[in-house]
Amino acid sequence: MKPFAYVKPADVEAALRAVATEPGAKFLGGGTNLVDLMREGVERPDTVIDVTGLPLDAVDDLPDGGLRIGALVRNSVLAADPRIRARYPMLSQALLAGASPQLRNMATVGGNLLQRTRCAYFYDAAAACNKREPGAGCDALDGFTRGHAVLGVSGSCIAAHPSDMCVALAALDAVVEVRSVRGDRRIPIGEFHLLPGDTPQNETALAPDELITAVELPALPVAARSRYRKVRDRASYAFALVSVAAALEVRDGAVAGVRLALGGVGAKPWRARAAEEALLGGAADEAAFRRAAEAELAAATVRPGNAFKTALATATIAATLRELAREEDAG
Amino acid sequence: MSTDVAEAVRTETVPNVGRPLDRVDGPAKATGEAKYAADHDYPGLAHAALVHATVARGRVTALDTEAARAVRGVIDVLTHENAPRMRPVKRFSLGSFVKGSSVNYLATDEVHWDGQPIAVVVAETPAAARHAASLVRATYEELPAAVDFAAEEPKAVPQKGNAMFSSAADKGDANAALAVAPVSVDLRFVTPPYNHNAIEPHATTAVWNGNRLTVHDGTQSIAFVRKHLAMRFGVPERDIRVLAPYVGGGFGGKGMVWAGTLLAVLAARATGRAVRLALTRESVYRTVGGRTPTTQRVALGADRDGRLTALVHTSVARSGGMPEQVTSASRHLYAAETVHLRQNVVHLDLVPPTAMRAPGEAVGTFALESAVDELAWRLDMDPIELRMRNEPERDPLTGKAFSHRMLREAYALGTERFGWRERDPRAGAMRDGRWLVGMGVATAYHQPIRFPASVTVRMGADGAVVVRCGLHEIGVGAATVQRQIAADQLGVPLESVRVEVGDSDLPAGPIAAGSGQTASAAASVLAACDKLKRQLLALAGPPLRGRAIGDVQARDGGLFHGGGGRTYAEILAGAGRDHVEAAVKDGWVNFLARSARDGRRWVHGASGAHFCEVRVDADTGEVRVSRWLGVFDVGRVINAKTAAGQLRGGIVMGLGMALSEQTLVDPRTGRVVNASLSEYHVPVHADVPRIDVHCLDDPDPTTPLGLLGVGEVGVTGVPAAVANAVRHATGKRVADLPITLDKLL
Repeated sequence: MKPFAYVKPADVEAALRAVATEPGAKFLGGGTNLVDLMREGVERPDTVIDVTGLPLDAVDDLPDGGLRIGALVRNSVLAADPRIRARYPMLSQALLAGASPQLRNMATVGGNLLQRTRCAYFYDAAAACNKREPGAGCDALDGFTRGHAVLGVSGSCIAAHPSDMCVALAALDAVVEVRSVRGDRRIPIGEFHLLPGDTPQNETALAPDELITAVELPALPVAARSRYRKVRDRASYAFALVSVAAALEVRDGAVAGVRLALGGVGAKPWRARAAEEALLGGAADEAAFRRAAEAELAAATVRPGNAFKTALATATIAATLRELAREEDAG
Repeated sequence: MSTDVAEAVRTETVPNVGRPLDRVDGPAKATGEAKYAADHDYPGLAHAALVHATVARGRVTALDTEAARAVRGVIDVLTHENAPRMRPVKRFSLGSFVKGSSVNYLATDEVHWDGQPIAVVVAETPAAARHAASLVRATYEELPAAVDFAAEEPKAVPQKGNAMFSSAADKGDANAALAVAPVSVDLRFVTPPYNHNAIEPHATTAVWNGNRLTVHDGTQSIAFVRKHLAMRFGVPERDIRVLAPYVGGGFGGKGMVWAGTLLAVLAARATGRAVRLALTRESVYRTVGGRTPTTQRVALGADRDGRLTALVHTSVARSGGMPEQVTSASRHLYAAETVHLRQNVVHLDLVPPTAMRAPGEAVGTFALESAVDELAWRLDMDPIELRMRNEPERDPLTGKAFSHRMLREAYALGTERFGWRERDPRAGAMRDGRWLVGMGVATAYHQPIRFPASVTVRMGADGAVVVRCGLHEIGVGAATVQRQIAADQLGVPLESVRVEVGDSDLPAGPIAAGSGQTASAAASVLAACDKLKRQLLALAGPPLRGRAIGDVQARDGGLFHGGGGRTYAEILAGAGRDHVEAAVKDGWVNFLARSARDGRRWVHGASGAHFCEVRVDADTGEVRVSRWLGVFDVGRVINAKTAAGQLRGGIVMGLGMALSEQTLVDPRTGRVVNASLSEYHVPVHADVPRIDVHCLDDPDPTTPLGLLGVGEVGVTGVPAAVANAVRHATGKRVADLPITLDKLL
């Protein structure tokens, strides 16, 4: 690990001043991803600004029934919050599907938003990676691609976004609040993560001097009946091959409301808008669920190692919607 | 204490052998007191880190170490340009037996695999050493390399046999018999490379004092590490001490001497400092071999009653390391009329493979036991019934007697305990909500090896007993079980026996390998205790004088005949001695003679029956193992707790082989892509169901104490039992491991 300076500001303003004056500085939250990347030499900050002392760890009710989640709320705390569990169960389930209990106790909401891909070639300094070294090429394209994305990919990068939490946030239309010495901004979750295109090194809309302060969840009654289903190579402590965050409201046999987002298959947390459109107003049956999933996956670009993901994603979407529909029937 | 009192208070003695006792090393491990190889501090201790080659084959044309040397705290950067030379591996030497590879590290500019160490950084802190190592830049002249097992497989050549195993066998004309068999299966199997992933990454602390060397090393072969270091550094064995009182798991990965051990010693010599080289997990993947990948063909022919008329098993594995006996279980498991076995190998420019828990059998039984299951489907016969119809009375190829064989009993007991009869024999017929439920069985089989073991047993004037043997506590309870044996042999309380292990200054112990450490040491402990009792009897006065050893009982802390006798303390006091010691010296000449003698008479093998229940998600193909039972014949069980721990651990390792583990070697470069525990998927707790382990606990009449061996048999057959259960649940035969969900979609 490259030697670095470490500072721990006492308030948000001091943190923002520090990052504005220190080129090559990085904010440190739980450190569950940044420290790994520093150990591997992928991240090489000159200064680490530890923000864990800042007062950004509350979950507050919003007047409209939504919630405002401080950027430093730990994943395990958020997953256990009764309001999250009641109003946005898919988010609680997504958090609990991620990592291990030890990591969830450390990981923060802000850090989770900035989680970087687990592509093995990105981590390996001996491999070519456009994300790590722009213009270097991509060893993943013809390498082991079991974990790689099929939606939103480019010829420069096929890395999958690894977060579970962000998949739920994408389905819930979360808004990311950020602040810098230049002022405050609100970034819709769909615009927060960027597609790789020719510049896979640019992963988010966050400027280098901006600090994530909170995530807002709008009131969303349909989300009260929602779930997160994660499919992976072992029962725990593995990244998703495919994950599905889904909410469903059925009225008179027809889909009256739906939210659908995918993980493990997208270059960013993937809001499945094509599938949502196909579902809305249509029958809530198995054939319709599969057709909608296939509509979403029609845009997939697969490699030999991840071609199974279109069928897996289709099956997982259909299964998750089926279970939600059955739940709705039951009560 | 007088003899009469001892007699008066004597209660029925409970033998210690067989009891499920806690391990003696438990408290030290639970409290963190146990010191592993990387836990030893020395004045001026320096820390080393490896720089790995990033090409598979070629020459280093330039090494830029300037940036590394400029890192604060760096003491030296050793490369082929400046490192002291180690002596090459000798062709014929016992010390060469444990060479991980033949590469003479840092002696030449040659690169033989991606990951081979090409430089070692020595620094004041581990952080400085690792950071500096990341700054060393190498340029190479690359040479063509063979790194893709699948591509090289057609070039396979017959594997060379060795003294213990032949790589081929024939009985009759199996291919002809196969062609005319009324029912047959002919399947091709693929198993990937695997890595051991012991919880303790390899670590070495090396200290030179003049020409004397002390090495703390995580190893499964103390005596051989010493021999190997003596050969490589030109120092007499007596001037080298190797210590390994605790080793954090090995599974074969610490049986050989790999780069880390050698380079720690070399770095200590070059810098004049005590040096610790604790490998990162990545460095373990890059410098320590794992299990070879294989492809296998198993073809079985049978008559309509399921009697095997032909058994064909051929394999391709990697060369190098130890010759993998992929088809060995096919020699002993079934009474086929004709048999054809061949083992072939290909050369690859990768870190050499090495033994990994049940080398050969672990992957060989996957193919054989999957094929037998598939034959049962073709015959529409219960797979246990098919196995029982082909259970041999004598060893099928040699006609020799089995020393012990209880597979019929294992399957019979397992059938009851597991509820096998509740299995609906149709594929895909058992369902629980979204889950397809399947049940499968497979046979476990492993032949233990008995290695030489030298032992001393000392009885002190106070009755305290010390057993000394260079055993390896790799997590198996090595000292715990020898203590139980010695206590029973001498008739003393468990608490008065101490077992010293893990030091090359002790009498040379067996290698912790081949499921043989416990039985090997036990044989010598028995002999030494017997010798000690004879010496004590000779010193004992009345009422024991003149008694034959066979007429005397060792119990209650002394020797007794009928109602009379003497405690050991009394005997020693009477003889004016402060202790008596007996030594048993054992060596490789004895080993070869014993192996040859035993091998002529019997076939030894530990065996078992695995019963597995899986659930397969009907939508996604996710496989979850929901129940497991293993019934084993491992001969006598010394400690039901530690034995079950080893068998259960083997089953967990087998679950990993079956479902999630594989070392990904990039076929373009030969580089291990998933050199970390986040990407190499060993089973986590959530993947492991309750595992029932039952040992038949029937002594083998031909071995000391009736022991066979428990270290490896547990893993054998496990992947096949899973594959067979998946076949039952889904109707799909997956013949390439691991059984990932994409193969079931």
